[in-house]
Amino acid sequence: MPAKASRAAFGEALLELGARDDRIVTLDADLSKSTMTVNFGKKFPGRAFNLGIAESNMVGVAAGLALTGRIPFACSFACFVVGRFETIRISVAYTNANVKLVGTHSGIAIGEDGYSQMGLEDIACIRSLPNIGIVQPADELETKQVIAHAVEHQGPLYLRLTRQNLEPVCPPDYRFQLGRWLVLRRGHDVTLIATGGPVFNCLEAAKLLESDGISAEVINAACIKPLDDETLVRSVGKTGRVVTVEDHSIAGGLGGAVAETLAEVLPMPVKRLGVQGFGESGDLKGLYAKHGLHPAGIAASVKKFLNR
Amino acid sequence: MAEARLEAIARECRVQILRMLAHAGSGHPGGSLSVIDILTTLYFGRLRHDAKRPDWPERDRVVLSKGHAVPALYSVLARAGYFPEGQLITLRKLGSPLQGHPDRTALPGIEAATGSLGQGLSISLGLALGLKLSGSPARVYCILGDGETQEGQVWEAAMSAPKLGRPDHPLDNLVVILDYNKIQLDNFVTKILDLEPVITKWQSFGWPVMEIDGHDIGQIVKALDQAEATRGAPTFVVAHTVKGKGVSFMENDPEWHGKAPKPTEAIAGIREILGISEGAWEDYLKTDSATRAIVDELLALGKK
Repeated sequence: MPAKASRAAFGEALLELGARDDRIVTLDADLSKSTMTVNFGKKFPGRAFNLGIAESNMVGVAAGLALTGRIPFACSFACFVVGRFETIRISVAYTNANVKLVGTHSGIAIGEDGYSQMGLEDIACIRSLPNIGIVQPADELETKQVIAHAVEHQGPLYLRLTRQNLEPVCPPDYRFQLGRWLVLRRGHDVTLIATGGPVFNCLEAAKLLESDGISAEVINAACIKPLDDETLVRSVGKTGRVVTVEDHSIAGGLGGAVAETLAEVLPMPVKRLGVQGFGESGDLKGLYAKHGLHPAGIAASVKKFLNR
Repeated sequence: MAEARLEAIARECRVQILRMLAHAGSGHPGGSLSVIDILTTLYFGRLRHDAKRPDWPERDRVVLSKGHAVPALYSVLARAGYFPEGQLITLRKLGSPLQGHPDRTALPGIEAATGSLGQGLSISLGLALGLKLSGSPARVYCILGDGETQEGQVWEAAMSAPKLGRPDHPLDNLVVILDYNKIQLDNFVTKILDLEPVITKWQSFGWPVMEIDGHDIGQIVKALDQAEATRGAPTFVVAHTVKGKGVSFMENDPEWHGKAPKPTEAIAGIREILGISEGAWEDYLKTDSATRAIVDELLALGKK
C-alpha cells in the first residue's frame, strides 16, 4: 500500500459505506475539497450538505439530524470543528447525539498554512467531555476500518485525521476495535506510545534505538478515548519506562491521558513528546525536526530519558 | 369554544409555573409566563403527539431554545400527561428529571438539551431536515428568546435555513417563534443590545415573517395555520409578549427574569392569574379544591 492521507482514506471509505447505508450524510463548512467529502457529495448530492463557513451551526444541524436517525459526519479542519466547543458540549456530547465529528488537518504536519489552521488543542478539549470517544487512525487501512466502525458505533465520536500522507503501519489482518491499541513492535527497555502520523516515526526511531542497543516497544494508540488501559499497563509493567509521541499540544493530549492513568494505577516515569506553543509556517520535515517528532528526534529524546 | 379552552389551560399552567418555581426556590418566572400561551396553543391546539409514546417517530417536535423558560414546558407536558403534575414540585431538586434546563436524556417529551443559548435553532434545522429526508410529515417548532438571538450561532442558522435542503427537501416543516418579551437577564433588550429592526432582519435572511400578539391565542393559531400553508421555506413568527404576563408585580420588570417567587408572592400571583379579588379569595378557595391544595402546599412551604 502506498502512503495515503487519512483524510483521503476517509473520503474513499465514505463513498463505499454511503452506497450501503443511506443513513449516512455529510456536513461541511466550505472545506469539502479539503476534508475529502467532496466525492460523496457528487455521488449522493441529496445527502451532502454544505453549511457554509459556519461551523457552530454545522455541529448543531448534525445533532438534529442524528436525533432523527441519520448518521451525520460533520467535517472541517480539527481546529475549526473543535473550536465550536460549547455547541459540541451541549448539542452533541450531553445529548449523546450520534454525530461523527471529523477534524482533518490536525497538527503541525499541515505545514505552510501555519498556526491558525493547525489543530493542536482538539484532543485536550474533547477529552474533557463525557460520552464522546476520540480516534486517530495511523494509516489508510486503519482509517477505513475506523470509519466503518464509526458508522456502526451508537454515540458521538471525534475522528482526528491528517492532511499529510501516512505510511502503512498496520498489518493487513489488523481489525480496529474501540478502546484497543495495537502493539506494532515488541521491546523491553521502553514503551513508545504514539497516535496518528508519529506512529510511523516511532517505528523508524525504534530501528535507530535498536542499533544503539535499546529495545523499544511501539504501540499505535489509535483510540485516545477510551484508552486501552490493559495494553498500557501490560507494556509499561514490562518496560518500566514510557514515552508518548503525538502531533498535538503537549498539554492534555495522548501524553496527558497516559500520564493521568499511570499516575493512578502504575506510577512510572513518563516522557511526553508533542508540540509546545502554537505552531508556525514551514515544511513538515522542518517542523517535525524542530519539535523533535522526526525519528532522530524521538530516538534522541528516548536516549536522554533513559540516561543512555 | 376552542380558544376559551386554551386560555383556561394556559391559566392553569401559569398557576403551576408559580407553584413549581416557589418550591424550587430559584428559576425563571418572567420568560416562562411570556411563553406559556404559545406553548399551550402548540401542545393543546396544534401538535401531533402522544404522551404515551414520547419517542413516536412521526411526532411533531418542540425545541424550547430559550431553555431557561422550561417551567412553562414542564407545566404543559404534565398537563398533557407526560408525567404526573405532582412531580412538578421536584423542579431543580437533586435526582429529579425536571432539570433546571431542558434535558432530553432525563425526561421523555423533551426534544433537545437547551439553555446554552443559541443552539436550539441549529438543532431544529437538523430535525426538520432529517424528518424531510425520511419523508415524515412531522413538523418542528422552535422557540427563541429575544436576548438569545444576540448569539452568533442563531444567525448562522438563520442564514442557512431558507436554503438548506432545497430543492428537494426545503424546510417548510419548520416554524420559528420569537418570544419577544423585550427583557433579558441584565436589563431591557434595547439597553443591552437592541435587536431592531427584527422583522426586516429576518426577512432579509430569506424568511417569511409574521408578527402577532403572543398572548392572543386566536392570533397564534392563525399564524401557525399560515405557516403550515407556506411551501418552500421555513416561517418566522415574531410574537410580541410581556415578560411576567399575568402577574402584575412581575410584568415588564427585569428583576423577575431569574428570581423565584416566595410562597406568599406565588399565592398572590396565583390569585391574580385566576382573576379573584383579595376580598373574595378565601371564599373562592372553598369552591376550587385543586387551587386550595396548591395554596395549602405553598403555605406549608412558607412555614419551613
